[in-house]
Amino acid sequence: MEPFIKHTGLVAPMDRVNVDTDQMVPKQFLKLQTREGYGRVLFYDWRYLPGEQPNPEFPLNFPRYRGASILLARANFGCGSSREHAPWAIHDYGFRVVIAPSYADIFYNNSFKNGILLVTLSDAQVDDLFERLERQEGYRLTADLENQIITDESGLKIPFEIDPFRKNCLLKGLDDIGLTLEHEADITSFEKSYPVTAVMYEPVDVKLSQPA
Amino acid sequence: MIGAILLRLLQYDFTTMTPQTLYEKIWNAHLVRDVAGQPSLIYIDRHLIHEGTSPQAFAGLKSAGRKVRRPDLTFAVMDHSVSTKNRELPVLDADAAGQFEALARNCKETGVRLFDMHSRNQGIVHIIGPELGITQPGLTIVCGDSHTSTHGALGALAFGIGTSEIEHVLATQCLSQAKSKTGIIRFNGKRPKGVTAKDFVLALIGKIGIAGGTGHVFEYAGDAVRGLSMEGRMTMCNMTIEGGARAGMVAPDETTFRYLEGKPFVPRGKDFQVAVDHWKSLAADPGAKYDMVLDIDAAALAPQVTWGTNPGMVIDVTGRVPDPNSFTDPVDRKAAERALVYMDLKAGTPITDISIDRVFIGSCTNSRIEDLRAAAHVIAGKHVARNVKQALAVPGSRVVKAQAEKEGLDRVFLDAGFEWRDAGCSMCIGMNDDVLPSGERSASTSNRNFEGRQGKGSRTHLVSPAMAAAAAIEGHFVDIRKWDVNGAE
Repeated sequence: MEPFIKHTGLVAPMDRVNVDTDQMVPKQFLKLQTREGYGRVLFYDWRYLPGEQPNPEFPLNFPRYRGASILLARANFGCGSSREHAPWAIHDYGFRVVIAPSYADIFYNNSFKNGILLVTLSDAQVDDLFERLERQEGYRLTADLENQIITDESGLKIPFEIDPFRKNCLLKGLDDIGLTLEHEADITSFEKSYPVTAVMYEPVDVKLSQPA
Repeated sequence: MIGAILLRLLQYDFTTMTPQTLYEKIWNAHLVRDVAGQPSLIYIDRHLIHEGTSPQAFAGLKSAGRKVRRPDLTFAVMDHSVSTKNRELPVLDADAAGQFEALARNCKETGVRLFDMHSRNQGIVHIIGPELGITQPGLTIVCGDSHTSTHGALGALAFGIGTSEIEHVLATQCLSQAKSKTGIIRFNGKRPKGVTAKDFVLALIGKIGIAGGTGHVFEYAGDAVRGLSMEGRMTMCNMTIEGGARAGMVAPDETTFRYLEGKPFVPRGKDFQVAVDHWKSLAADPGAKYDMVLDIDAAALAPQVTWGTNPGMVIDVTGRVPDPNSFTDPVDRKAAERALVYMDLKAGTPITDISIDRVFIGSCTNSRIEDLRAAAHVIAGKHVARNVKQALAVPGSRVVKAQAEKEGLDRVFLDAGFEWRDAGCSMCIGMNDDVLPSGERSASTSNRNFEGRQGKGSRTHLVSPAMAAAAAIEGHFVDIRKWDVNGAE
């Protein structure tokens, strides 16, 4: 995984609560077999008019937010489907940081596994950032993971909390499968003391791909 | 072997004197590694996969030169994009065909058992798990699908994961997880006629909001939940994720044991009794503490209908579309305004005045045999209203389909003007060609009414199977309690 240490970038707004992952990547794009290329379809139904013409009313299409790499969002961001296509799309579009008051659990996990920093701030802090963003064209923020602080060019400083383990994984870009496999001996010994197939019968009437 | 599991659980009971919840018992019994300051490593007993979210995980595994650790504990099925019409025809959607081929190839290469689209046991992953007895009390179960919470109805700890986590489970049979907070939701009193498990869970989400359960695992309890069938409990646990909680659970009881006995993967004879004894030990200890406690008067609940663009935007069938100005929080007000525009609804409209274009009875929420029976009971001898362009009945699995056909339910649906289809996710997500056209309105037994969920520009109202069936007959929502039908799950 790509490490995340510190990032400075243009901020774009997503001023809606409960943005679900169906909106981030609609169903028709879930039939691919890659992890790449979803940036083009991020927020597809909101972002495009018929014929894939950019919807001029959708903030990400405003010229002032072109090239944004920090997304400012509202509560319960990423609710709904577990599709990891959502963080893949966010990352592929160019976002490295999302700032919101809260996130849905599965989306939160998925994002960290893709090197995206999700910053959780209070409602009031997020409101304040939305106001600053609205007021100032070209508004940029810096997310410093090492020091757990969000700063802007006018001297704003907002510290944020993050689980130390997640922080460390992100800072070092650690591969968590590799981390778990370091505990191979623990897994094997668990399997020996806990016969997980004990409550599973090999059924007689279910076969591989049995035709109707 | 089964005794060993029992022993392991008992050991925990002796070493930790604090009373434990159902969730905590399963969690503790599956800890592979538990070090302060790090997420725990928990063992996964059953890993369910489908064509939609697994190809990237297998590709990642392959490129890292890793193997599937426990193919014997991994079960694959084709469900999301399968046709519900004629499955003998070639798959015309090249991307979907590519995913089917990838799943078949990956399963063949790794030795994972696959229920492909031609298997007689094929069905929606969350329908076939319990139906085959792959899902059992006390197990940890994951799947790359948020509605994995369904399996908790049998007293398992089951939740949805992303593709990176699928790859992690394939490689290690473990998952790195932080322990959740716990909540107990008690539905007290007697379930009224015409009010179903679907209405219970929709009412709950309406009460706590779609983020109300974030960070929690919910346990459902109370007389009204105890009185539900397994099918009803599965409906409740299925939609738990719509309230933000990643898993829902019901402590196993006689209803659970009766449901499981004789299922293909469930132990038989004497071993079944040993398993039941173990399963009985899973219920929360007296005095176990929960982070959230909620009591709901089940007897006071009415059938529910969603009016907006998330499952928390829900109201009694006797209600009216709410006025956005009635929301005090400006963010909620804005969301309600936007939802009414999207749904093309006016504030103050009685719910029963909303007419519908299509009806969908299906999905991992409501496509089990009991759901089909409930809907068939409502429509028997009647016909779908003229303004309803399409009414779909999509069994959750081929086993459900066969059972329904044995009972003659297919004839009831067909005679009433419904289409009787093959098993799959269908119009809940619209990844096959069962799509709700733009601007059209559905009465749907599925789980999500998000913008574009059933098709771009589609308008979804979530209801129970009986309510969807009645709406199909009348062409608009009706209060099922006024009909002479038994309240099914």
